[in-house]
Amino acid sequence: MTRRSHPDVVVVGGGIVGAACAWYLAAEGLAVLVLDAGFPGGGATGAGMGHLVVMDETEAQFALTSYSLELWTALANELSADCQDEPRSTLWIAADEEELALVEAKAEFYHRRGVAAEVLSSSELAGEEPELRPGLAGALHVPGDRVIYPPAAARWLLDRAVEKGAAVQTDCRVEEIGSGWVRTARGEKISCDLVVNAAGPEAPRLTSGLPVEPRKGHLAITERYPEFCRHQLVELGYLKSTHTEAADSVAFNIQPRATGQQLIGSSRELVGWDLSINRRLLAAMIRRAFDYLPRLAELQVIRVWTGFRPATPDGLPLIGPWPAIDGLWIAAGHEGLGITMALGTGRLLAECMVGRQPSLDPAPYEPARLES
Amino acid sequence: MAETLKTEVTVVGAGPAGIAAACRAAESGARVLLLDENPRAGGQIWRGTRCGRGPAGARRWLARLSDSSARLVDTTAVVDTDGDGGLLVERRGEALVVEGERLIVASGARELFLPFPGWTLPNVLGVGGGQALLKSGVSFRGRKIVIAGSGPLLLPVAAALATSGAHLRLVAEQAPAHRVHGFALSCWRYPGKLIEATRYRAAFLATAYRTGVWAVAARGDDRVEEVVLTDGHRSWTEPCDYLLASYGLVPNLELPRLLGCAVDNDRVTVDDHQLTTVDDVYCAGEPTGIGGLELALVEGEIAGLAAAGRDREETALAGRRRRLERFAAALAHAFAPRQELAERVEVDTTICRCEDVAWKQLHPAGSFRQAKLATRVGMGPCQGRVCGPALALLRGWEADRVRPPLRVSTLGVLASRSKGPAGH
Repeated sequence: MTRRSHPDVVVVGGGIVGAACAWYLAAEGLAVLVLDAGFPGGGATGAGMGHLVVMDETEAQFALTSYSLELWTALANELSADCQDEPRSTLWIAADEEELALVEAKAEFYHRRGVAAEVLSSSELAGEEPELRPGLAGALHVPGDRVIYPPAAARWLLDRAVEKGAAVQTDCRVEEIGSGWVRTARGEKISCDLVVNAAGPEAPRLTSGLPVEPRKGHLAITERYPEFCRHQLVELGYLKSTHTEAADSVAFNIQPRATGQQLIGSSRELVGWDLSINRRLLAAMIRRAFDYLPRLAELQVIRVWTGFRPATPDGLPLIGPWPAIDGLWIAAGHEGLGITMALGTGRLLAECMVGRQPSLDPAPYEPARLES
Repeated sequence: MAETLKTEVTVVGAGPAGIAAACRAAESGARVLLLDENPRAGGQIWRGTRCGRGPAGARRWLARLSDSSARLVDTTAVVDTDGDGGLLVERRGEALVVEGERLIVASGARELFLPFPGWTLPNVLGVGGGQALLKSGVSFRGRKIVIAGSGPLLLPVAAALATSGAHLRLVAEQAPAHRVHGFALSCWRYPGKLIEATRYRAAFLATAYRTGVWAVAARGDDRVEEVVLTDGHRSWTEPCDYLLASYGLVPNLELPRLLGCAVDNDRVTVDDHQLTTVDDVYCAGEPTGIGGLELALVEGEIAGLAAAGRDREETALAGRRRRLERFAAALAHAFAPRQELAERVEVDTTICRCEDVAWKQLHPAGSFRQAKLATRVGMGPCQGRVCGPALALLRGWEADRVRPPLRVSTLGVLASRSKGPAGH
């Protein structure tokens, strides 16, 4: 099955999205070759939080996140231990009565679509998370969400693809993608039938006109404090006032890791390909977390890093054919939801590529929607 | 919001290089803040020096420092840059911002540890770590000690342990005899160093000093009980209560790298004035290349003068620096870790103590960053300070990007920002 000379499909990018695409494509019986510029999971995947979360900004976002979460949950018993997969419910925190009204609307949205969610009162919230400051209005508890260690999950998916006959080439940077071929940095031209551009933030470098740009985010991780938080905690304003704007923004988001460490986000800024740490934004991000968890200030922090999220203008990923180049398919632009959406993306893309009835309506994700 | 200290020259590290830099800059009329993580100036090498105690050179420099206008900000760790040219530092749990017009990095060095089976057992220490314990008042009287390391530090540590009543069983130098002897012969240019070495050796004459011998394993249940040694042909065991096993020094390059200074072959690149590739940032002492006390002092003096705008007065020091650099190069050549030290690891040997990562787990990885993401090696509280240099030798991996905080600190400190000038 493994064919490097003329594979059916070349997947450019061995991050979690490329890995998932490779797995589903190989499962369809296609000969798949994955090319990664460095090592799998070393890009945006390795910089992410690994929160597997159902989101409800739009119907399309909900459809892809909830479907992906079903697929992740079904894999729970198969994933290797280093994937650190575990159920980790999310608490969407409402700071005041105004936000609590949004919590109720959010609960209603989930209930109508069959996703378990319950509204917690102020005191119930305090009981669940004693470290939260008093006086918060309440929260939405979403029990089905999970947490995973993304680079290990990407490797696991690639290993499954390899079992189904895929080949993986690391340290192989692709310089150009054409119709039925890719050219590597070493000058090698690999011909194939189909190409998937799953290069994350690098995707527009290879497909000009692709509306994806790198959005930088900061994360900080503490030493081990098991039980400091029990749930993934996210401020409700995460969606509304902050990350949808083009300007720099921060929002409270904390995740207890399987190691007992607390992983703190989040920030978003559009500064091009600059990975340097923005100290002002980092401080603002951490202080935002203190607004919710005052004792967090006393915890020891061991590392801060940044990463790029591949962002699109409408906040939805690009999954589907790229009209300008025959045989080129896109799986990119997932911004901060690439880990969650990876499985749904891979499955949907594979179904469309082989002409099978898709599990989801692909229209909202088609790259052509954003062509100007 | 953090208090801001403003100054002309900030010196990071109050070891010999930093002390010399601070003295020279302050004596030239500059306002100087000298930051150090310890409660007292002196660094690792002059730890424990007080009035009337310690080597004469140390006492002289410490007296000169206290007579100068340089202000020592003790118990202070650099956490990060503040993003605006200043340093975010932690002092007794509080954040401070230090804004200097010019910065001298004299961040010193730490011991090089190379993993071997049993190296993580209690009472297996670094050679310098053993010395520090002794200086801090720990008694080794009657305890069986084996030193199996490398470099000139073995001699004073052996001498001090023997003098303190320890039962020193063996001093093993990993470097081969011909290199050590060749180095000793070349020392005729530096008679002071030969006299010093002879004096140290005289203090532990009852114990063998063997070249070309190294430890291959430490064994014991709750702590080290014996060490397996080899000369490359034959192996034997020595019982011991303590094993001191480290292999010279590695420079502390985290701060210069975070600041963006060019580093080549584990040395911060500096010009004749000790100026790095970053404007207004100077570097002196071990981070510009392991060179020992005297070179650190000369480099510190030059950096201090340069940072205070007295470049011309450096000329007299430049010749000494050149001579000492030759000595440092000879030293590095003589005591370079032998290849066999990298061959001791076994599949189950711990590489990263913080995250408990074994050698076998690292195998598929091709870079430090890949190994980190796959195994968590180097991602614990020591931030790769121990396993990073070891893996550079064992696997040829370059250091990964430096990420703040430079020292584990609280989120409260890291999130502190300047609240404007408070003066100095």
